[in-house]
This record gives sequence, structure tokens and C-alpha cells, in this order.
Amino acid sequence: MPARELLPGERRFTASALFADLAIIVWFVFSLFPIIWMLLLSLKSSAEQTSTYFRFSPTLENYAIVLSNRGTELTSVDYKAALITSVINCVGAVVVSLIIGIPAAYAAGRWRFKGSDGLMFQMLSFRFAPELMVVVPLFVIYNQIGLFDTKVGMIWVLQLVTMPLVVWILRSYFQDLPEDLEQAALLDGYTRRRAFLMVALPLVRPGIAAAALLAFIFAWNNYVFPLILSDTAASTITVAITKFLGGGGQAYYNLTAAAAIIGALPPLVLALSIQRYLVRGLSFGAVKS
Amino acid sequence: MTTSKTTPTSQGEVDSAAAGGSSAAASKRPAPKQVPGWRRAMRPYLLAVPAVVIIIGILYPFAIGAIYSFLNYGAVNPNPRFVGLRNYASILSDSTFWQSVGTTLAYALVATAVETVLGVAIALLLNRSSLIGRTLERLLILPLMIAPVIAGVIWKLMFNPQWGVLNHIFGLGSTFDWLSKENAFFSIVLVDVWIFTPFVAILVLAGVRSLPREPFEASAVDGAGWFYTFRRLTLPMMWPYILVAVIFRLMDNLKIFDAIYVLTAGGPGIATQTLQINAFQDSIIRLDYSRGSTYMFLLWIIVFVIARYLVKLLGRAQARAAGSEV
Repeated sequence: MPARELLPGERRFTASALFADLAIIVWFVFSLFPIIWMLLLSLKSSAEQTSTYFRFSPTLENYAIVLSNRGTELTSVDYKAALITSVINCVGAVVVSLIIGIPAAYAAGRWRFKGSDGLMFQMLSFRFAPELMVVVPLFVIYNQIGLFDTKVGMIWVLQLVTMPLVVWILRSYFQDLPEDLEQAALLDGYTRRRAFLMVALPLVRPGIAAAALLAFIFAWNNYVFPLILSDTAASTITVAITKFLGGGGQAYYNLTAAAAIIGALPPLVLALSIQRYLVRGLSFGAVKS
Repeated sequence: MTTSKTTPTSQGEVDSAAAGGSSAAASKRPAPKQVPGWRRAMRPYLLAVPAVVIIIGILYPFAIGAIYSFLNYGAVNPNPRFVGLRNYASILSDSTFWQSVGTTLAYALVATAVETVLGVAIALLLNRSSLIGRTLERLLILPLMIAPVIAGVIWKLMFNPQWGVLNHIFGLGSTFDWLSKENAFFSIVLVDVWIFTPFVAILVLAGVRSLPREPFEASAVDGAGWFYTFRRLTLPMMWPYILVAVIFRLMDNLKIFDAIYVLTAGGPGIATQTLQINAFQDSIIRLDYSRGSTYMFLLWIIVFVIARYLVKLLGRAQARAAGSEV
């Protein structure tokens, strides 16, 4: 972000500018300290894990333990399996949402058809509905039809999270796309389908990437669905990490911290890579930047 | 919804291909296949069908849940019977429910208010765009992207009275309990503020940056003070952005679950029991599906009423910011 142009009479270096910088620093100390502290804790050995000092001899052992069978033996949490399940669930959910959501977003962005407002409103209502409202009946239904604790069942229920994001974000991108481009393609003898695939779709690629990554992040961070609708086979890292805390007897704070860092890393990396599109995505296209 | 039949925002492609001076050039290329009118009219529907299937698939359990709330269904009672409004009567006359409503509303209001004030402040500070601000701005979203559950775990480790880092830093000794009956509410609000203030901040910051420059130049030339400019210019123009952020935050805070469940699971006692926590305990721990569903239906009504009101407010604010209404 380049420096903002100053208003007439405004000066760059003043007492109030200094105060503003101080206030910003205070916020970021509060905001970043817990993450930094977890990082430090995850590098501490078992002997040092209960000390609250910043000086210690760092080790990567905790990460190795958490991701290996040793961690499972110590804490009875198979974190590596949960990590793999999380990846499968989230990628599956996002792919399904893209395949089904892109055509719907295109239809709603290009045409006003009977029920298009209803479709969009319904999608939005899923974003704001209390999850348990849907999950409690699903808990019963899944147990009856054998979808409980399966990845297919998780991918299906995650649509509640990923589908509204994909449809709302991409509709706003399709709406911003000048219709003339597709018209020109049609003039050149393209069919509607080819005009969509060859002209419209490539032009909203940044939107698709942003929607897909954001949907992945939210699916990854979801807790309620795997908590209720899975046991072991489809259980994800968000559920697995809470089990580190619940272990009776011996506590493994350093392992918990390592697990937290591992679980937080994928969303952080993805979010930083789509930062430009984040505002628009998080506000469902309501705020464009 | 407003039109009786599909109205493509463009002309039909068949007409436009033959129109204008490009017809000579177009005739050399393969002519576009005639697509029957009814198929063109069906196009948006066909594209939307898979999404509609998904919507139905999600609305189905939703409807089932609504039906549960009129039954006496639970794991101990697999052959449910219609009991009318008895679940509602029993819950509405239960003091625990009203306590949960109070906790939920208090939590949603306090957390949303703090996040909004802090978020707007941070956005305005970052908009001053000093070197420090521009450097740190990239890191603003980090807490927001961490799963709320993991954030809960992180803070739970820091809250620990014996060896948690917070008591050490603030010199509170090993007896101060962040998650005690008196403190737990404020501690979970603190965690929520930590996670979600950046959400408000980045939305409002995007809004502030998109504001036109001229009114601010004029106000600076006229010698208006900082506070006067903020109250009369910045705030009204930013209002739609702030409202969008408030809507998202309030709705999410009303159905807060993840962080509370990890930090306190609603306790100690029922000190931090919100409606979703309550519904979880009823339907998943005690396996009383009907009671849990009734809880959720009541929460849904609360969310729905508030959402309708706020969306109406947003529409009015956007109209005013666009200048069509004063």
C-alpha cells in the first residue's frame, strides 16, 4: 500500500502521528503476542514447557512427535491422520462447491430470472443460520443412513460453509464483468457455452481463486460439523487439537502448542496469498476494495 | 422474481450475430447454431439446478429439525409422538433458557460493540499510513484466519493460572483464574475481540480508502478540526461499511460456539452458557433431539428478527451515502 497523499495543511510528522503509531503498535503487540508465544512454546522441550520465560533451548522435537506415532502413543491423538482427513474433506468440499457453484453464480450474475433473488437469499441465510439447527437432525439422519463419520458425509455438510461463499463472491465478479466481452465472442461465432468457458471464466480467475481459497480456509477452520458428525475416521484437526487439552494426568503443553501451530499454518499461508481479495470475500462481495 | 419470464440482460445472440456492419466478416465464420428460444429461456434455470439441489439437501434437515421441535424425540425415545408446543412451553418457562438468552445477547452486544469501536479505530489509524502502519497492516488478519477452536486452545494455554504466561506477565500470581465464574465472560469476550476485531478493521479500512478525496480536501481547506471532520464527514460516509461489519459480527456472535466450547464449555456452572452451547448439551450430550432443536429454532428466530432489522438499516444507510436521501 503506497503512502496516502496528504490533505492540504496536513503534515507527515506530528505529535498525533506519533501517537497513532504508538496505538497501532499496542494493538499489534496484543494481536501477535499469542501467536508468537505459541510458536515459542512449541519449540520448548518437555522440561521447559511450564516455564514462562523467553529464554530456552529451542527444539523441533515437538513437531516430530505430534506428527509421528510417538505422539499418538503419548496423547492418543493421531494428528497426522486428522491432518490428512482435513485436507481431503476441505479439498473435496471446495471442488464440489466450485463445480456446482460457478454455473449458479454465473446464472445469477448474468440474468435476473424467476427465483434468482430467492436462490441468493437462501445461500446467504445458510451463512447466518445457527449450525446446530441443521447438524442435530443430520446427526440422526447420518446415523440412520450410514454417513456418520464418513468423509462423504463431511464433504456434503461442509457445503453449508463453502457453497454460500463461492456463489456470493463469484456472482459479484460475474456482475462486474462487462457483458460486451461475451457479446463480442458470440458475434465471432462462439456458442454461449464456449463464450462462458473461453471468455468469462478466464477473466474471473482471480475471483475463483479467492473464493476457493477462502472456502478452503473456512472449511478447514470449521469445528461444529466434525465435532458432531464424525468420530475417528472423518475427524479433523479442529477436533483433534482439543483432545490434546483433555488428556488426564500428564499434560503436554508443548505438544499442544506445536499442534496449534501446524493447524493454524495452512489458513495463514493461504490468507496471506489472497490478501488483495480478502475483503471482498469476507464480506460476501458487499465491500469491494 | 420481478419478471414473469427470463430476461437476458443482453439481446439474443442470434439477432446480434446478424446485425450491424460485421455481417460480412461474420458470414465467413461458421454461423452460430440456432438455439431454440425455449432452451435459451431455460438456460439460467439449468445452470442453477445443481445449486438448488444442494439447497434442498440442506433445507431438508432444517425442516426435519423444525419438526423435531414438535415431537418428544430423543435417543431414549426412538418412537416419537407429536406433542404440540410442549417443548416450547417447557423451554420458555425454564429459567436456564432465559439465562442463556441473557448471556447470548450480552455476549453478542458487548463483543460486537468492542470489536466495532476497536476495528474502526484501527482502520482510521492505519489509514494515516505511516511506515510502521503499512508494514504491520499485512499482519492484521492473522488472528482472524486461525480457526476459532485453535485460538481457544492458544488462549486456554495462556490463561492457565499456574504456568500460563498472562499471570506471569501481569504479576497476578498463580491464584488469579481467568476462567472463574466472575471472569470467564470477559475472558471469552477478550478472545472473541482478539480473533474478530481485524474483520471489522479490514472491512472499514477498505471502505475508508474508497472514499472520495474531494470532501476531505474541502474540509481541510476550510480549516475544519479533526473531530468535526470525523463526525460530519468520515463517519456518515463510512457508515454502510461499518454496518456490513456489524451485521456479520452480530450474527456470528449470536451463534457463538467454538471458542466458548473449548475455553469453558459453558461453565463454570452456566456462567458462559450461550444458546448454541445449551442446544449442543441437550441434543448431543443428553441426546434429547427435540429439546435441542427447539432451542435452535428459538435462536434462529432471534437471529432472523435482528438480521431483518439490520439489513433494512443497511439499505437506508447505503441510500443516504449514495446521496439519494438526506
